[in-house]
Amino acid sequence: MSEQPNAIDALTAAKPSPGEKYFPKFQVTEELTAEAAKLVALYPEGKEQSAVLPIIHMIQEKHGYICPEAMPWIAEMCKSTPIHVAGVVTFYPGIHTTCPGKYHFRVCRTIACALSGGEELLAYICGKIGVNPAELTDEHPMAVSPDGLWSIEPVECLANCGFGPNVMINETLYSQVTPKMIDKLISEYSKKD
Amino acid sequence: MSSIPAILPKDAAAAEGKVNVQINGTWYRFPKGTRIVDACNSVGAHVPTFCYHPKLSVVGSCRMCLVEQGMPPRLAPGAAPTYDENGYQPISWMPRAVIACANTVAENMGIRTNSKMTEEARKGVLEFLLTNHPLDCPICDQAGECKLQEYTADYGRGTHRFTEAKTKKGKNLPIGPRVNLDQERCVLCRRCVRFMKEIVGEEVLGVVNRGTHNAISCYPGTTLDSNYSMNTVDLCPVGALTSKDFRFQMRVWFLKSTPTIDVNCGTGTNINIWTRESKVYRITPRQNDEVNSCWMPDSHRLNYKYINAPERLLTPLVKTDAKAPQRPTTWDSALNLVVEQLHKCAPTETAIVASARMTNEELYMVRALARQLGITKLDIVSRKGAGDNMLVSEDRNPNTNGVKMILGKTGTGLNAIRRGVRNGTVRFVIALGEDLTSPEAGFTKEDLEGLDYLLTIHHSENETTRMSDVVLPGVTFAEKYGTMINVAGRIQRLNKAIEPMGEAHSDWAIFRDVSERLGCDCVKVIACPTPMMVLEEMAQEFEPMKGLTWGNIGNEGKVILNTGVTIPLIERTKAKN
Repeated sequence: MSEQPNAIDALTAAKPSPGEKYFPKFQVTEELTAEAAKLVALYPEGKEQSAVLPIIHMIQEKHGYICPEAMPWIAEMCKSTPIHVAGVVTFYPGIHTTCPGKYHFRVCRTIACALSGGEELLAYICGKIGVNPAELTDEHPMAVSPDGLWSIEPVECLANCGFGPNVMINETLYSQVTPKMIDKLISEYSKKD
Repeated sequence: MSSIPAILPKDAAAAEGKVNVQINGTWYRFPKGTRIVDACNSVGAHVPTFCYHPKLSVVGSCRMCLVEQGMPPRLAPGAAPTYDENGYQPISWMPRAVIACANTVAENMGIRTNSKMTEEARKGVLEFLLTNHPLDCPICDQAGECKLQEYTADYGRGTHRFTEAKTKKGKNLPIGPRVNLDQERCVLCRRCVRFMKEIVGEEVLGVVNRGTHNAISCYPGTTLDSNYSMNTVDLCPVGALTSKDFRFQMRVWFLKSTPTIDVNCGTGTNINIWTRESKVYRITPRQNDEVNSCWMPDSHRLNYKYINAPERLLTPLVKTDAKAPQRPTTWDSALNLVVEQLHKCAPTETAIVASARMTNEELYMVRALARQLGITKLDIVSRKGAGDNMLVSEDRNPNTNGVKMILGKTGTGLNAIRRGVRNGTVRFVIALGEDLTSPEAGFTKEDLEGLDYLLTIHHSENETTRMSDVVLPGVTFAEKYGTMINVAGRIQRLNKAIEPMGEAHSDWAIFRDVSERLGCDCVKVIACPTPMMVLEEMAQEFEPMKGLTWGNIGNEGKVILNTGVTIPLIERTKAKN
């Protein structure tokens, strides 16, 4: 009766995103395997499973998100099981299972930022990048703009509470953000190549 | 302070390696390292649990086992401890409850399982567990044996304070070939996850998503298809994992459970058969730490359909003429005919093919019958298969050791009987509980057609019974009392769960009646009214069985032979502890 075919298969169902064109597609290459092996080697023998999270971060950094094909590979690298990796991936909201846009907004909505205008900012950015704020739900806390250039995700504390509202674009933190600043930032970023 | 005992209880307990614990106001002694939950349960102060299982690692995730706990007060520097007249220190109770599963007992510890605080704590936990639980008890298979249902009766509020909508999750998911998953009913105890990881060693189940969306799942493309998968159904405290075989078949409160043993291999897994009237609905493992722990293989669990199958033989069948079709008859005339015919069979040209699926009592009666007839060509059909290094034994016969002890046979003589049938030196065959055309027995249809006389006793129709001159209907393991000796030399009891189908008779009684009519005058044989009496007769004859009675074998059985064979899963479990 649910629209999704099956709650188990949904774990690896393809979730196409317009952001995919800005990131290289996940592919198992020798370099990638070597890089993962390096991470695994950081942990003692028998504890290879500990490298699951570092490898996930590495993949997300390179490819934007953890695609279904990556999970069994990660499991293989860490002598873990696909279901364990899927458990880790789906546990952290910060680990994406759909591809974000080229520029990813993280808007803080923890109390200090929310009180200083973060909530309104979230709606404002959504309007600017062409995303329906209703798309942001507990289960899918990220939305991508139709052109794939932008994505937005409400997040918890960005550790800069004295200077809210805080917004992060990719890895850069902006504090005391106003709608005007957003306009400026969007036009600046869209001019980058 | 007036009179402290000369030897303080703590010193007396320490000498035994134990500690004193007060549970609900009464002092008990437990070995050091005992879990609070086990300690409480052992003295009748039941602690509700979902995630805790004695055979699995402790995670302490369900919080249902909260108890109020206290210890002696920490003393100020230089202060001496005070003792009451029984030698115990006063207990200062902690303001918060602790979980009983992840904590062990300590000297002078106090536990309250029935205090107001304990009850409040459990009520709170239960209310949270019920926030997203669907109200489908009326159609849930677990209803009647559901922990959540039981504890709701004990600690439930009766009314719902949450106004939010319940979280939707996956329902009726075919997680494996024999198991179905309902994620909404799940209380996330993760017993199934731990079982698959720790006992089976196949980590196919896991927990995905976060918070209220947390759910048990397997990875798409993998399934819960282990031969031990259905143990997760037994482990599941709620109706999240259900058996595809049993779901919607019968409400559990209508079922009667009978403790008995499995007969699919030499391990002799302890089981409960769940029946209503004369129908078997399911089989579940019964705990026996020396045989099968709490588990059983799916292949054995589901092999019960033949008990109520249409192939069951319900009346004696006889052929009046060699070419005539079989026709049903009464026991009396069938037995008379058998006796008349057996008298005509030359003992040297007659062979008995018995079965290591028979109980000791039946084998004893077979021996009496063979002696009465003067038959020496007697052996069993041995069955070997691959062991699974868990509970399935290489020996697929449940009572090979019984046969060895009572008949002194191991199946090696079957070849000679087969040769005899083919070269004509064996013209009369009595097949007991075996289909001779099965691959293990190795007879062909032509072999049987060439016989002058074939008498079969079996519970179900098969190629051999169809070709027999006389067929006497026996019973399956669910319909009889008896004992068997497993691969490790443990004698265990079979209990009768249902009455024999139709006019079928217990096999041992058929052998007794035939012997008696053949003119046997041994009172030990012909006067036996019950298989329990047969057991006592055997106890006098066979050295290993000395002193055995039906009662003192008990539900766990008794080791009577030193076979040197062990059960891999049990060895691993013991090594771990």
